[in-house]
Amino acid sequence: MLTALPTLDTARSRAVSAPRTTETRVQQALDTAGAERSLPTLPAVSELLSGAPLRGGAVYSVRGSSALVMAMMAGPSAEGAWCGVVGMPSFGAEAARALGVDLERLVLVPDPQHDWLSVVAALVDALTVVVVRPPGEVTSGEASRLSARLRTRGAMLIAVGSWPGSEARLEVQANTWSGLGAGEGHLTARQATIAVTGRGAAVRPRRHQLWLPALDGTIRSVDDGVVDDSTRWLQEAVG
Amino acid sequence: MTVTEQLKASGSTRQVGQRTMVVWVPDWPVLAAASVEGVSPSAALAVLQKGRVLASSAAARAEGVRRGLRARDAQSRCPDLLVLKYDPVVDARAFDPVISCLEALTPGIQVIRPGMCALKARGPSRYYGSEPAAAEKLLDRLETYDVPGGRVGVADGPFAAEQAARAASAQTRVRVIPPGGSAEFLAPLTIDTLERPELTDLLRRLGLRSLGAFARLPATEVLTRFGPDGAFAHRLARGDDDRAVVAREVPPELTRTLDFEPPVDRVDQVAFAVRTVAEELVGRLAALGLVCTTLRVEVGTESGRVHEREWLHPRWFAPGDVVDRVRWQLQGSGTATSELTSPVVRLRLVPERVDPVGAHVDTLWGSGPDERIHRALSRVQSMLGHGAVVTPVISGGRGYAERQTLIPWGDPLTPARPPSDPWPGSLPAPTSPPTPVPDDSFSGLSTQTAASLAAISPPVSSVPVLRTEHVIGGLQVFSPSSSESTAPSASRQESSATVSRRPRTTTPLPLPSTSGWPVPVPTLVYPSPRPAEVLAADGRQVTVSARGGLSGAPAAFRLLPGPQVADSNKLHPVTAWAGPWPVEERWWDEEAENRLARFQLVTADGRAWLAAVQNTHWWIEASYD
Repeated sequence: MLTALPTLDTARSRAVSAPRTTETRVQQALDTAGAERSLPTLPAVSELLSGAPLRGGAVYSVRGSSALVMAMMAGPSAEGAWCGVVGMPSFGAEAARALGVDLERLVLVPDPQHDWLSVVAALVDALTVVVVRPPGEVTSGEASRLSARLRTRGAMLIAVGSWPGSEARLEVQANTWSGLGAGEGHLTARQATIAVTGRGAAVRPRRHQLWLPALDGTIRSVDDGVVDDSTRWLQEAVG
Repeated sequence: MTVTEQLKASGSTRQVGQRTMVVWVPDWPVLAAASVEGVSPSAALAVLQKGRVLASSAAARAEGVRRGLRARDAQSRCPDLLVLKYDPVVDARAFDPVISCLEALTPGIQVIRPGMCALKARGPSRYYGSEPAAAEKLLDRLETYDVPGGRVGVADGPFAAEQAARAASAQTRVRVIPPGGSAEFLAPLTIDTLERPELTDLLRRLGLRSLGAFARLPATEVLTRFGPDGAFAHRLARGDDDRAVVAREVPPELTRTLDFEPPVDRVDQVAFAVRTVAEELVGRLAALGLVCTTLRVEVGTESGRVHEREWLHPRWFAPGDVVDRVRWQLQGSGTATSELTSPVVRLRLVPERVDPVGAHVDTLWGSGPDERIHRALSRVQSMLGHGAVVTPVISGGRGYAERQTLIPWGDPLTPARPPSDPWPGSLPAPTSPPTPVPDDSFSGLSTQTAASLAAISPPVSSVPVLRTEHVIGGLQVFSPSSSESTAPSASRQESSATVSRRPRTTTPLPLPSTSGWPVPVPTLVYPSPRPAEVLAADGRQVTVSARGGLSGAPAAFRLLPGPQVADSNKLHPVTAWAGPWPVEERWWDEEAENRLARFQLVTADGRAWLAAVQNTHWWIEASYD
């Protein structure tokens, strides 16, 4: 009740004292202009998205790997963007730092209780990258309300799990860890097979091989990483 | 000395000391500490500073507790002695309202130290008829304010008045030295009352044991021998104290107090009442051109305890922020409508640190977060509570969970344990040299040789060679690791054999890192580790002996049922593993002792895990997701 007061105040003052002046129209134009901005992106991540950068205002859904989420956060974070992580109590901050996320501009809301949607909405207002693991199924109504807000603010949302109407769906299908034997060695590197599905059902998933991380700690794609499903049978038949 | 040096300088004009009244509350540190701790001052109490008794209550003194006694001696004299820690801030803070209550009677009070203050005697004595009458009036005022046992001394100058107050007995309470009688009164007192250890030590060795004996020395001789400071002490001893009482400047009253009558027992009711007071407080600060960056909230409950907490703000407190802080402090982990354990009778908002508005044009900590971010995060905080929005800071420690400290938004970013300290046995370990060593040269190889070998051989760049390196004490044991070799069991036996020859305090085996490259860090670190069962090929649980020997190679594990575990009881077959990396922490402290061994496991579905075992209990600490 008390906390709602300031927002009510501002809403009222806007309703009363803001006719459609040039100022508000300029503000609206600025708001929509921010929507389609592209965010700094790691080369490996941009390769996953077939060369496109991460877009502000879009939702990406990632399944099966927190490291991939961190890699997507790393690009904007390194360029000074603020990141927020909602609903992931076991988010490994040290790993995030190792993958290039600046911890000084990272905030965590480990337990958003039942109100995760309003927490995300509040964070989207100010932060550039928001990661959320929704506790249950997300309805398309919730998704569309949030995406309107994302577009106005130019923020990017990374959903861990499924999300209706996401810009791209990235799913880690297989992992190969190296460095560990039977009672010897230690984990050194991982090669992940990531399936990327674009918008719409017609788009065929593309598979990528990614070092996540490589032996030297970086994230990069494995050479001749892109294996298109359409040519895969050919390769298998020939090779 | 009790009064500042500036006062001394101002007394260059020769005149007879001003009539001064000193009000002294004996054992003030005890009274102050007792009121904060909520114990009765009539109990046997002692306040300690640096392990020695600084002040004690009358009951403790009756048992023989004296100032300067060590804590152990004091407790042996008085076994039921309650020992409190001395806090000069508490001392001064508690004395502040006492001064205010005296100022209601007469203005112009100078605080000499907590528990003692001076004022000019002329005004009050003329108003109340005589000096004793004025002194009685002040003492009565103190009594009504619940500060019993005060004494007053009146004399020429603050020094003599202070000694007069100390000389006043508990019955008469007031000691008045007539004008001009100070020298005579001071003469029999011991030289230690000057409170100058270096000077009095010297004077004592010269055979001057009383103030009178010191006062009889010629003033010029004292000045040439002891300097200006000695001359000043000499003037004090002669009863020629010409320092004037400098009244304290009454500070602007910023503290706001709320009294609840009848007591309130719901958080939202308190929060509602605080709102107007918070607005008033912030408005008053703004009128003075100040903003508050540190706020102390004191909550007095019906049970008589005062819960206080300091709140920092990354920028400055707006009225809404103040209300939030009060709410968070009251509700703890409860909800806004939950009942309090004890009804609130009193609430105090104390701006602990205020800054001029001009200092906050940009941000508090240099390139701090901008206003928009702060506002959004504060909104989430007011929805969920202060601790719900956190910033991670990397701190020191051996496990991954203890290496990240989560700090609520707005609090200073101090890691729980210093990350710069060496943490032997932590994962990943400080980088050790690479290990491309020929297979036939593995036993008895010194570290130096390994390092030199490493320097000449190129780092492994493609698929890493699987190799074990165990550092035990100073001895390194390398085991070859071709796929057909029987290395795992052999190396295990070898290292356990090596361990068995060594004393119990072996260095933990560090997780080696390949040639300075970073070791992958788990991306999911479970705040509370998940209990698990790790099974060997024969279906029995794997155990680790005290010397680091394994009962069998891990073949599979399953997570035990828990609230957060979705796929409990599903058996994960282990395809690769390494360990144990033992950690033995704080073995010298029985309660904090922690002995465990860590393992890395890769399961058939391609996931990697960090497991730990302690006393046959396994759990999964983190996962490389």
